[in-house]
Amino acid sequence: MFFPISGAHISPIYLVIVGFVIGILGGFFGVGGSFIAGPALRAVGLDWNFAIGTDLAHIVGKSVVAVRQHRAFGNVDLKLGLIMAVGTIGGAEVGAQLIQMLKRAGNVNLVVSVVSIVVYVSISTFMIWESRKTLSQTRLSSGTVKDTKAKHDPSAFKHVTRGIQRLKISPMITLPVSGVTISLWIILLVAFVGGLFSGFLGGGAGYIRMPSMVYVLGIPTHLAVGTDLFEIIISASYGTFSHAIKGNVDILIALVMHTGAAIGAQIGAISTQYFTGPKIRLAFVPLPLIGAAIVIYTLMTGHKL
Amino acid sequence: MKKETAKTLRAFLIELAIYAVLIVAYFFLVLHFLGDWLHQLETRHRYTYGSVAILLMIGQAVVLQNVTTFLLRLIRRRAE
Repeated sequence: MFFPISGAHISPIYLVIVGFVIGILGGFFGVGGSFIAGPALRAVGLDWNFAIGTDLAHIVGKSVVAVRQHRAFGNVDLKLGLIMAVGTIGGAEVGAQLIQMLKRAGNVNLVVSVVSIVVYVSISTFMIWESRKTLSQTRLSSGTVKDTKAKHDPSAFKHVTRGIQRLKISPMITLPVSGVTISLWIILLVAFVGGLFSGFLGGGAGYIRMPSMVYVLGIPTHLAVGTDLFEIIISASYGTFSHAIKGNVDILIALVMHTGAAIGAQIGAISTQYFTGPKIRLAFVPLPLIGAAIVIYTLMTGHKL
Repeated sequence: MKKETAKTLRAFLIELAIYAVLIVAYFFLVLHFLGDWLHQLETRHRYTYGSVAILLMIGQAVVLQNVTTFLLRLIRRRAE
């Protein structure tokens, strides 16, 4: 199929399958899936600028589907998502500026690669330790998680989270859906850091934001997944518009990819109801590691995936 | 329990088959004709193109989700 905007010839079946896989991951883990979509679009000859912009557009659609599904299960905190969107957009702008500075200094690739490897591996290591410890402490069953009591999310890191929630830096925000009262500045800081990594490393940075929401803000895992996706709709829409006016978005490719993602995102979102929080977090561990492996491959071979 | 799972899986596979047919029709009837117009828009009016891109994405998401939900309900009702 010919896509006139980017001038690319790509099989629609390939795009639908890629969208489907990313949709499942996005619906289940609350991530954008750029670490797969970017290389997958590059692999069929799409230029990097189009791969990044088009992926963002596709993320908007996929997140809309997943959020509607998560909302039906009561897994979206709209108030938290809206506050976080402000911090994310600010952070993404600063991250993009950092990239420009490093570009001028001439060492952007090495710095970004090393930072991303350290961040990805650290997240995975921490999450595997925490989720395994929590699982061994609580011996949770793998039954369906439908009642709110089951959404009470045990964590071996809870004492640190409670300490953060006790910091009374005005104004304090109450989030009734998540059952948390916390300083507005801490929410904005978490969102800003997520946005910073998004602008700096590319993609939606859900691999940082979702764990941060659980461990720093104390949001239950199911709500963190749904709310992160809601926040992604806003920040990815902003990114799509920004890339579109720079000529980096082939919306036709994004629409075709999304036909697969629409089904995948629903499957992913529904699947979260059958797993407890620590199990979702444990299953999340390979995602940042895949990201790290892609960066290491790029560094060692010089080929950008 | 196993019977219920098999039923759900069967309904899902039928839904996928119908969905695939609808999507192929959508590629050729809608996206094929939309291509030239979007290409013109992207070349001449970038700000409008950016807004249209987001609206199309959200619109397609809502429509596809409604279609899949409707299909699944329809297939399940027929199976019962």
